[in-house]
Amino acid sequence: MSANSTALKPKKSGNLTGNSTGYTVFAVIILIVLTLFLLFPLYWIVTGSFKDVIAINAKQPVWFPVNPTMENYEKLFSRPAFLWLFNIVFISAAAMVLTCITAALAGYALGKKRFIGQKVLFTIIICAMALPKQVIVIPLAQEMTMMGLIDTLWAVILPTVGWPFGVFLMKQFAETIPGEILEAARVDGAGELRTFITVVLPMIKPGIGALAIFTFVNTWNDYFLQLVMLQTDTQWTLPLAISNLQGEMSSDFGLIMAGAALAAVPIIIVFIAFQKYFTQGIAMGAVKG
Amino acid sequence: MAQNPAVAEAGSKPKKTKAPSPRSGMSRALVRRETTSAYLFLLPSLLFFVTFVVVPMFICVYYSLTDYGLGGVKGFAGLNNYIKLFQDPIFHKGLLNTILIVVVAVPTVTAFSLWVSSAIYKMHAVPRSFFRCVFYLPVVTGSVAITVVWKWILHPYNGILNQVAGTTGFDWLGNQKTAIWFIILILFTTSIGQPIVLYVAALGNVDNSIIEAAEVDGATRLQVFWKIKWPSIMPTTLYVLVITTINSFQCFALIQLLTKGGPLNSTMTIMYQVYDTAYRLNDLGYACAIGVVLAVIIAIFSAIQFKVAKTD
Repeated sequence: MSANSTALKPKKSGNLTGNSTGYTVFAVIILIVLTLFLLFPLYWIVTGSFKDVIAINAKQPVWFPVNPTMENYEKLFSRPAFLWLFNIVFISAAAMVLTCITAALAGYALGKKRFIGQKVLFTIIICAMALPKQVIVIPLAQEMTMMGLIDTLWAVILPTVGWPFGVFLMKQFAETIPGEILEAARVDGAGELRTFITVVLPMIKPGIGALAIFTFVNTWNDYFLQLVMLQTDTQWTLPLAISNLQGEMSSDFGLIMAGAALAAVPIIIVFIAFQKYFTQGIAMGAVKG
Repeated sequence: MAQNPAVAEAGSKPKKTKAPSPRSGMSRALVRRETTSAYLFLLPSLLFFVTFVVVPMFICVYYSLTDYGLGGVKGFAGLNNYIKLFQDPIFHKGLLNTILIVVVAVPTVTAFSLWVSSAIYKMHAVPRSFFRCVFYLPVVTGSVAITVVWKWILHPYNGILNQVAGTTGFDWLGNQKTAIWFIILILFTTSIGQPIVLYVAALGNVDNSIIEAAEVDGATRLQVFWKIKWPSIMPTTLYVLVITTINSFQCFALIQLLTKGGPLNSTMTIMYQVYDTAYRLNDLGYACAIGVVLAVIIAIFSAIQFKVAKTD
C-alpha cells in the first residue's frame, strides 16, 4: 500500500555463508528448548483445566489428564463466567474504539498543524507516557467515585483512553502526510473535518490498525486498573475473577486453570488468525515511534 | 489512495515532511485560525488526558504533602512524608529490588531477543513466523493467566517443579533468596515477545547489498554484525530498552498474585509499595509521596536513555 508495508517485508537472503553448520544446529536446539519452555505454561493451563481433583493434587507428575473431566468448567460456569468474559471484551473494545478516535484526531493536529502551545503540549504528552498508573491511582479512584462510575466498567475504560501513548503514535504517522496534499484539499474548498475524513484518515489507516491492536491487548492485560476499580462480582473481568478465585480457594487449581484457559484461549486464537497484522502493527508502531 | 500520484510518491519515502514554524510565512490571522482548528481536533483527547491523567497527578502531589489516612486529609504535613520515605527500610528494600529487576531484566531481555531474532530472521517464512508467534504467545495469554499457572508450577506440594526436581515441599516463592529470581524469570518470559517482533522487522530492513559487499571483502560474521547490523538497528534497540524498562518498573500482577511483596519484603518494589501502602495500610498521603518519587525516578531513567541515544 505504501512505505509502511513494503519497508517491513524482510528481504530474501540466500546468503548463509556466514553460518557454519555447527552454529546453526546449536541455535536450532536452543530455540526448540525455549519453545518448549514458553509453551509449557500454556499446555499446563489447558490440560490442567481438564484434570480431576485427584490428578491436580497428585504427588507425582501427571503429564496428561488421564481421566479428563468437565467438572472444572462446570464449577466455573456455575458462577457468572460468561459475564466476566463479556466485561473484559467490552472494556478492551470500548477503550480501543475511543482511543483510536480521539488519538487520530489529536495526532493529526499535533503532527500537521502549527499552533500556539504545540511544543509545550507535546513535551507534556511525552513525559506523561512513562508515568505509571499506580502513581495517580488514588485521586483517579476518587474522581470515579465522584462521577458515580466506581465499580463500573467505565472506571477502567475512561482512564485508559486518557493515556497519551495513542496520541504520540498517531502524531508520528500523521507527520508523514505531505503538506501539499492538505494544501490541495484546502484549495479545493474542503472543510477541516472533510479533509480529515477523506484525506488524512485513509493515509493513517495502518497506524490506526496498529494502535487498535495495541490498545486492545494492553487493556485486556491491565490487571491493575481492574483490581482497583471493580469490586462487585458482576462487574469483574475474567482476569480479575481468576485472581479473586485464586485468593478465595487457593488450592483449587483445576478451577483456576479453567478460568485461565477461558481468558487465554480466545485471544490466542484471534492472535494466531491475525498474526500478520499483529506483528506488522507492533513493528510499525516502533518504526514510527 | 493510488489515484493520487503525489500520495503514492510520498508513501515511498517515509521521511517526515518538515512544516514551517508558525511564524515564517504565515499571517497572524492564519496562525489564529490554525490554532483554533488544532485545539478543536485536540479537544476530545485533551478532555480525557486532563481529566484522568493531569488533574490526578496534581492532586497526587498535593496529597503527598498532607497527612491523609482513613478519615480523610488531617492537615498539611509539609515534606514529612518525603522525610519518612528516606528513613523507611521497606522503601529502601523496594528501591533495591526495583533496581535489581530493571538491571537484570532489561539487558537480558534485550540481548536475548536480539540473539533469537538474528537466529530466526533469515529462516524460511514458515519457521520464522512459528518462532515469532511462540515467543509472542505469553504476551497475548495475559499476565494473570500466566501468573496463576506459574503459581501452580511452583507450588510446594502440587507443583510440577518440585515433583520433577525431587525437592518436594520446597517453597520457591516463600523463600527470600529465590522468590525475586522467579519473578524476574516470569517477567522475562512475558517481556521478550515484543522485542523479538521488532528486531526481526529491523534486521529484515538492513541493506543486504552492504552485507554482501562486506562478506566479499572477507568480513567475519562478528564484524558484519557490529559494523553494519548493530548501527542500523540502533533505533530499535533504543525503543526496546525504553519499553522493557517501563515494563519492568510496572510489573504488578506478578507480585500481587505470587508474593504480595513477601516474604519479608524480599519481592517488594516501589510500584507494589504504592499499592500496598494505599490499599492495605490506608496511608494515602504517604502512598502518594512514594508515587511521586517513583515518577521522578522513571523520568530520570527515561531522560538518561534519551540522552544516550541522542549522542550515539
